[in-house]
Amino acid sequence: MPHTRHPATLLDLRKGEEAILDRIDLPADVSQRLMELGFLPGSRVAASFRAPGGGPRVYRVDGTEVALRSETAACLHLRPSPPEGTATSS
Amino acid sequence: MTRPVVLPALEVPPPSAGPSRARVVAVVGPPNSGKSTLFNRLTGLRQKVANFPGVTVEQHLGKLKIEDAVELDIIDLPGVYSLTPRSEDEQVTHDVLMGRMPGVPKPDTILLILDVTNLGRHLVLAAPILALGLPTLVVLNMADELERRGGDVEAETLAQRLGAPVALISAATGEGYDTVLQFLRGRIGVPRPMELLPTLSDLPRCREWAAKLGEAANYQAPAPPIWTRRLDGVFLHPVAGPLVFLVVVVAVFQTIFTAATPLMDLVDRAVGASGAWLGAVLPAGALRQLLVEGVWAGVGSVVVFLPQILLLFLFIGILEDSGYLARAALIADRTMAKVGLQGKSFIPLLSAYACAVPAILATRTIENKRDRIATILIAPFMTCSARLPVYTLIIAAFLPEKPLVGPFLGTRAAALLGLYLLGFLAAVGTARVLKSSVLQSERTPFVLEMPPYRRPTLRGLGLRLLDRAKVFLQRAGTVILGMSIALWVLAHVPLKDGAAPQIAESFAGTIGRVVEPVIAPLGFNWKIGIGLVSSLAAREVIVGTLGTIYGIEGDETGKSLQEALRHDLTPAGAVALLVFFAFAMQCMSTIAVVRRETGGWTWPIVQFTYMGVLAWVGAFVAFRVVTAFLA
Ligand SMILES: Nc1nc2c(ncn2[C@@H]2O[C@H](COP(=O)(O)OP(=O)(O)OP(=O)(O)O)[C@@H](O)[C@H]2O)c(=O)[nH]1
Ligand SMILES: [Mg+2]
Repeated sequence: MPHTRHPATLLDLRKGEEAILDRIDLPADVSQRLMELGFLPGSRVAASFRAPGGGPRVYRVDGTEVALRSETAACLHLRPSPPEGTATSS
Repeated sequence: MTRPVVLPALEVPPPSAGPSRARVVAVVGPPNSGKSTLFNRLTGLRQKVANFPGVTVEQHLGKLKIEDAVELDIIDLPGVYSLTPRSEDEQVTHDVLMGRMPGVPKPDTILLILDVTNLGRHLVLAAPILALGLPTLVVLNMADELERRGGDVEAETLAQRLGAPVALISAATGEGYDTVLQFLRGRIGVPRPMELLPTLSDLPRCREWAAKLGEAANYQAPAPPIWTRRLDGVFLHPVAGPLVFLVVVVAVFQTIFTAATPLMDLVDRAVGASGAWLGAVLPAGALRQLLVEGVWAGVGSVVVFLPQILLLFLFIGILEDSGYLARAALIADRTMAKVGLQGKSFIPLLSAYACAVPAILATRTIENKRDRIATILIAPFMTCSARLPVYTLIIAAFLPEKPLVGPFLGTRAAALLGLYLLGFLAAVGTARVLKSSVLQSERTPFVLEMPPYRRPTLRGLGLRLLDRAKVFLQRAGTVILGMSIALWVLAHVPLKDGAAPQIAESFAGTIGRVVEPVIAPLGFNWKIGIGLVSSLAAREVIVGTLGTIYGIEGDETGKSLQEALRHDLTPAGAVALLVFFAFAMQCMSTIAVVRRETGGWTWPIVQFTYMGVLAWVGAFVAFRVVTAFLA
């Protein structure tokens, strides 16, 4: 893999960046809930605001906004990005 | 532009064979999709509506009368994302739908409420609901918002594909509402499905199915809510966010003291004038005394606080209806994480500022059992509105108003703020102890959907205040009135040579004297003791009780309640009393609801004892420290 910045999980996304979700590495009931909220493998997720002081971050997924703690975001793995790159700002 | 009413052009079934008329209708849908708004419109009731997910946490039954004296049972339910329950509130929806909820009839018809601004994701729920095989109307709600943000959908096409009638409505404005009534009257036929339902356990497949349906119905997703992004840019800004929060909180407390005062004076004068009038027109005797000293002085001294309480509820209403509450939970998550809870616990805690009872019910949305119990146990520490009269009365009696930060924050508002903070600290401190001992559990993920900001409507806020005023006056007319009368009687017996005794010698006085040894170290005398005993029923009763006692003692001298208090309490005792009220669990309704929600007497007894001990020790320390400080 190239050594450019390459977000591996949702936690690595900076505000405004988006990427494709690959898999959720969490217990079944939690990942089920996340999938119900739109975090399905293959879906596009964009990072949005973060609570002041390093709290949870808001992610835009499937037409809605969902807040996740860092520890949870770190368990949502992203698809290695295709050539067109990682960052598109909105 | 008005949208056409959506009647799928289909075979309307013959009257006999068609879908039999609905009898028991369940209102189902994802959280925050507008179920309760529609329920209220259907039944004329006023279930709580607010802009965050998880408002409704138990089933509510209402009636809808449709033609020829047929009455339907309508059931409002907690929001669900699927039919696999993961928290207590979702369990309720599941049980009601399956006909397993004791005392609730099994629904034979479903209104599935989906937020049309987010159709793709919400439509996923249609799969398991339609699979139940009950007559179902798919209600696409928030048509007004869809239109405003430039989205569109062809409801008829969707209905045909889905095999269920679809109505595009706005529960808030009433647009398209007629279709819902038509459906309930059995006037809308059911199309044959064109798409087979997907395998329910396969979520990605369900989502694809929903996307395909949306595409077929030419669904144009609305433009993103620009205002929500703009506002979040401020409210979640690393610097501006907390600053705005602080300014708002301070402004709220300052207004509670300043803006409410003229209104409170007005009520006070009305109570005083009507009491004086009664005293003048009634013949002298026991009845007049009971009414003037017992009822007017007792109930009146509590009713005075109505404007203040309404003001508090106005602020809470704005907070809840706008959608800021979910952001507050987000901001609080870090603090909550430190004590072992999660941001979701913060939503019940915030609603505990109004009253602990609904707050304890609201903990049903917390998936983790131990987190839920911990939140139930700490909720009564949050400063509920029943404490407000006690706090303001004592603060106003002992603390002169002086500006601290110009006109923006005065001493009294600051003291009140301090008491709210004290309650909050007791709550998080207790949570920390619980979560690192008996209620230890794995950290559960914090997952919270952020609703878009919405403008609170005058009507919505007005109705909230009206309901609140009703509840408050009802309490004044029942609990407080009853206690005032009982107390007045207890203060006049046993008769001595046919005349009423001194209060100190009466039964009421005896009660006070019995508890006096316990509370004397806190700086309270027997009169405060009577107040404390009576406030076990509800906190604000102490204000009424003291009003009655001083009303009897007053003998027309017209000493105000505040003056009388200054006579009976030292400043150190006043601080101790405030601390006592901050910590003690003096509320029968809270005890009852904790027993119900935890399924036994253990937790409420533990909680009552713990809070009582903390209150005594806290008040003792406060009394000693302040006495030493002032000496
Ligand atoms: N613009 C618009 N807002 C609506 C409409 N219907 C409901 N709302 C708003 O949506 C929010 C949620 O409404 P509720 O009726 O409480 O939703 P609910 O589905 O009962 O929510 P839960 O009980 O939490 O599951 C409130 O702020 C309502 O004012 C509508 O048709 N249009
Ligand atoms: Mg509701």
